[in-house]
Amino acid sequence: MTRPHDTGECEMTLLVQADFDGELDAAQAAALAAHRADCPICQAATESLGRVRQALREQAPYHRAPDALRARLTARAAPRRATSAPGWRRTAVAFVAGGAIAASVMLAVVPSGAPGLPDQVLAGHLRALEPGHLEDVVSTDQHTVKPWFDGKLDFAPPVKDLKADGFPLEGGRLDYLDGRRVAAMVYGRAKHVIDLYVWPEAGADTMPSMTERDGYNIVRWRQNGMALWAVSDVERYQLVDFARRWRAMP
Amino acid sequence: MGRIDGGRDFEGLVLPHLDAAYNLARWLVRDPVAAEDVVQEAAVRALTYFASFRGDNARGWFLQIVRNAAYASLKLDRGLRTVPLATGDDTVAAVPEPVDPADNPEHTLLKTQAHAGLDRLLAGLPVELRETIVLRELEELAYKDIAQITDVPIGTVMSRLWRARRLLAAAAQREAVP
Repeated sequence: MTRPHDTGECEMTLLVQADFDGELDAAQAAALAAHRADCPICQAATESLGRVRQALREQAPYHRAPDALRARLTARAAPRRATSAPGWRRTAVAFVAGGAIAASVMLAVVPSGAPGLPDQVLAGHLRALEPGHLEDVVSTDQHTVKPWFDGKLDFAPPVKDLKADGFPLEGGRLDYLDGRRVAAMVYGRAKHVIDLYVWPEAGADTMPSMTERDGYNIVRWRQNGMALWAVSDVERYQLVDFARRWRAMP
Repeated sequence: MGRIDGGRDFEGLVLPHLDAAYNLARWLVRDPVAAEDVVQEAAVRALTYFASFRGDNARGWFLQIVRNAAYASLKLDRGLRTVPLATGDDTVAAVPEPVDPADNPEHTLLKTQAHAGLDRLLAGLPVELRETIVLRELEELAYKDIAQITDVPIGTVMSRLWRARRLLAAAAQREAVP
């Protein structure tokens, strides 16, 4: 029977572990495999790593956040709903101090928009997800997408590619919202799709604000006389991140 | 109509990682109530720093805050009760029993917990080994994320993981072959 120390000492064992954890590139992994074929220590180490992982998954509990904690923090993150939350008062001062700082950059004037507009935006997004409807112009080049809109719209939508930020532009299309033609730009995020709807809207620039409809997230803001609505099933923080990067890009 | 919308953005960045935060806190402070306090404290801190958050790794950023809050909590507790904190990378929690000088400290830890289950053995690991293995095996984070959260170089993450796994391997094997 193997004792703990017998699995011990080969200078490659940390590489064996890195391979086990998926941290090696293909060339490194191949070199290691060649070494391991002749090294009983590294073979034993590989087996041992697998046993530990399996045992941990079977026996070491993953502690999920209790519902009460989640509820408290959700209430705290949205102070307008917080008055009924128990335990709120205790940390109210700390929250207000933190909130004031956050508010100094996050103060948002929500673009008014027509009633039902979030539903229309979501409906447009879902319609577009059907096969063949996603893009009218397929291009990863903003210099192709931008001219494509010329003559199809009575305004020039700002077209930006956020490929370097992990949101590559995949194309554009025309859509109808609230009885008018709008531009829709299609961005990718891993295997998800983000639709960004754009149309002219008078008023000062606003910070992004968040809405949810049927499990889809919508982030909207106003910038340079344009209303911008991003809709997607990506996680909320990713969509916020998208909006932040889009706004920051010149 | 003006309103504060920081709450919603904060919610979007932090709340998706609440399970990860609580799991880490729970394994670090090893007490359900203390872990809740740690996560609450971390959330308040996160809200304070939220405006200055840059980058795209919200989970790493929040877990780093959770980990710091957990360490602060452990430090406060240390005066009140014994917490087996290691003092450095090459030492393991002191054990009160006489030690065979031929044993290395890790072997000693094993012997003292010969009858503990794997979860208890994990809970008994020195805190810096424990946080590393929890982030890797339960949270399934990459080395570079673990390095960021625990504030050490990747090489240290690798050696801590290795030591943690060697300690746990003996227990896993013992259970497999009674």
